[in-house]
Amino acid sequence: MKTLKKSVLSILFIGSILFILAACSQDQPGSASGEDGNGEVTLEFQQWWGVELPDGVLQEIVDGFTDETGIKVELLSNPYADTKTQIAAGAATGTMADVVGLDGSWVYDFGKQGAIANLTELMKADGYDDSQLSDQIKVDGNTYMIPVVNFAYPMYVNLDILEEAGIEEIPKTWSEFTEVTRKIKESTGKAGWAIPLSTESPSGIQNNFMSWLWASGGSMLDDGKPALTNNDDLTATVEFVKGLFDAEVVAPGAYAMKEADMVEEFTNGRIAFMHDSLAHLTTIKKGAPDLNFDFIPSPVKDGFSGEGGMDVANWGIGIAENSEHKAEAMKFVEYLMSPEVNAELAVYANAFPGNTNAQPDYSEADELFLKAYELYKDSYAINEFTGLPTSEELMRTFDEQLQLYLDGDTGSADDMLAETQKIWEKAFE
Amino acid sequence: MRIETETEPKTIRRLQSNRKTQFKKKSEPYIYLLPTVILMIILLVIPIFMVIRYSFYDNVIINKNPEFVGLENFKEVLTNKSFLVAVKNTSIFVGGSLILHMILGMTFAMVLNTKYLGTKTKAIFRVIFSLPWMFTAAVIAVLWKLLLSPNGFINFLLVELNLTTSQIEWLASRDFALFSVTAINIWAGYPFFMISILAGLQGIQSELYESAAIDGANSVQSFFHITIPQLKPILISLILLDFVWTIQQFALIWMTTGGGPIDATEILSTFIYKQGFSQYEYSMASTSAVILLIICTIVAIFYVRHQRGSE
Repeated sequence: MKTLKKSVLSILFIGSILFILAACSQDQPGSASGEDGNGEVTLEFQQWWGVELPDGVLQEIVDGFTDETGIKVELLSNPYADTKTQIAAGAATGTMADVVGLDGSWVYDFGKQGAIANLTELMKADGYDDSQLSDQIKVDGNTYMIPVVNFAYPMYVNLDILEEAGIEEIPKTWSEFTEVTRKIKESTGKAGWAIPLSTESPSGIQNNFMSWLWASGGSMLDDGKPALTNNDDLTATVEFVKGLFDAEVVAPGAYAMKEADMVEEFTNGRIAFMHDSLAHLTTIKKGAPDLNFDFIPSPVKDGFSGEGGMDVANWGIGIAENSEHKAEAMKFVEYLMSPEVNAELAVYANAFPGNTNAQPDYSEADELFLKAYELYKDSYAINEFTGLPTSEELMRTFDEQLQLYLDGDTGSADDMLAETQKIWEKAFE
Repeated sequence: MRIETETEPKTIRRLQSNRKTQFKKKSEPYIYLLPTVILMIILLVIPIFMVIRYSFYDNVIINKNPEFVGLENFKEVLTNKSFLVAVKNTSIFVGGSLILHMILGMTFAMVLNTKYLGTKTKAIFRVIFSLPWMFTAAVIAVLWKLLLSPNGFINFLLVELNLTTSQIEWLASRDFALFSVTAINIWAGYPFFMISILAGLQGIQSELYESAAIDGANSVQSFFHITIPQLKPILISLILLDFVWTIQQFALIWMTTGGGPIDATEILSTFIYKQGFSQYEYSMASTSAVILLIICTIVAIFYVRHQRGSE
């Protein structure tokens, strides 16, 4: 009797599991958005922007959309890293929010996965004029992300450290930079430059390492494919950075340093130069109101005289494939990209607009911000990692190979780049 | 005869009613259990089944029509160099943590159990020694990153004491990183051992020590022949639980070193995270997770058997 009872219970238990499993595996178009009894649509908008903008600004902007269209927008704001994990989980389970904030480095994978919608089709269906967009991030010829605002990565310089070291001329070339940072180290004991190479968030490769290459007109791609070998500019960049490490002018702890740590070191007056997002200008000013710093054009490879590129990161936007309200979501995207709203967002974010017709009013902006804006306009915006497959992983593998070379485990810059090329090519297969 | 035919339906009804009552009585406990069982199925059983299922398919989620590949994923993961490095690092991390959790926990518990300290002193130290257990992983990571930074307090102290002349990169050097994160984990976890062992020590009858003293046993002999045998059930449970918790440690490593420099602190949990959320190789991540699940399940079986044995 006891055995029978056990068997019945086991059968019931397994049966219920199978039933729920079957129910879960049904192909249902899951969507986070809702429609209330009155037929009103509520869109979910998942992003990290709300956390980084001044309090209430994003809510105010989306309220404007609700007033205009009657479509409600629920904000799901979390820090950048959490947002990425949540969006990736949503992409895997088909429960992504209707509208999502995207980083250019995620687009390829979510696009290939079919988790984000083809915006080319949606823009066409809505008759949207995309010529006003400064950029569109494409996968296989179709747009999957629109950059809403762009953040430039100019070079910051601590003028007090330069003065302390008796340096009067701002370095313009790599050799001058090496000389200046060496002088700084010798006379002040402070670091000349910093690069965050933590593998937890390997964006230091994109924002701090490649900034040198791009500023000197170089490229790491050829026709969208990795071109790390037989690339003189890139080899020179690797050797230049190795030279800075060998001269011990780089802030210590680089291999475990994250971008936030670097900003903190700069704010505390321990680093003379750094490439960093303009978005941190307010943080630095708030943290150290007396810090005497400025923006300068990034020093370039000796002998280079053309127009250089400035690294940009962006707050991109996309629509979930699982959304039941793609048309409404597209309207929301168009609203954020409209010249007036886009300009407003750019001013609040200390960024540059994604709509070419937007006229942001920077009259009340910081003088330094305006200077950085001028530097940005003198160069072309570039970020070659945007839209690449497993972009973050590409940065991580480059980071690991670079660390092996810096530590002397790899014999030469060419060997390091050849090994990285081999790993990268697998991601492009 | 007439009477019999009249009472027959009544008997049947009575029997049916009895059966109903009996069924109701028997099913009652299961109905009470139902909400918990349903929650467990949804939150525990289904995800585990799904992860196990994913581990037998080629790249699930990314590939809309994944194919069954049998044990291919397991073969690939078990021969992956990075996975083997992660296993090696995890063994050092878990082994080091377990041993030092035990030694520190036992030492502090014995200090707090001594009769030579006053009640107030004991209470104050109990709070101080327990503090690391109260912090979340994020707080611990931030705190230790500040302490171990090249410009941090630990290096300042070492330089001031003339123990070193240069700034040691505790978390950024391949020679020190694994040692550093293990030390942080030891610091964060020893209070659990300390509190549990202290509770055990307070349960040992003082007569045992008195008899041993009369028989001429010294304190070392008393420790090995009375304290350890008396604490054995608690110690075994602690070791098994700590093994499972430490092998799954993710937040601490991720927030301090991210598995680097290169792969110096890569452990199984960070390896799985990178496979899933950076490489989007969900099948491989599931396979690695299943391997981890198997290890933890074996330990859990030992734990349950041990618990049953002690009952």
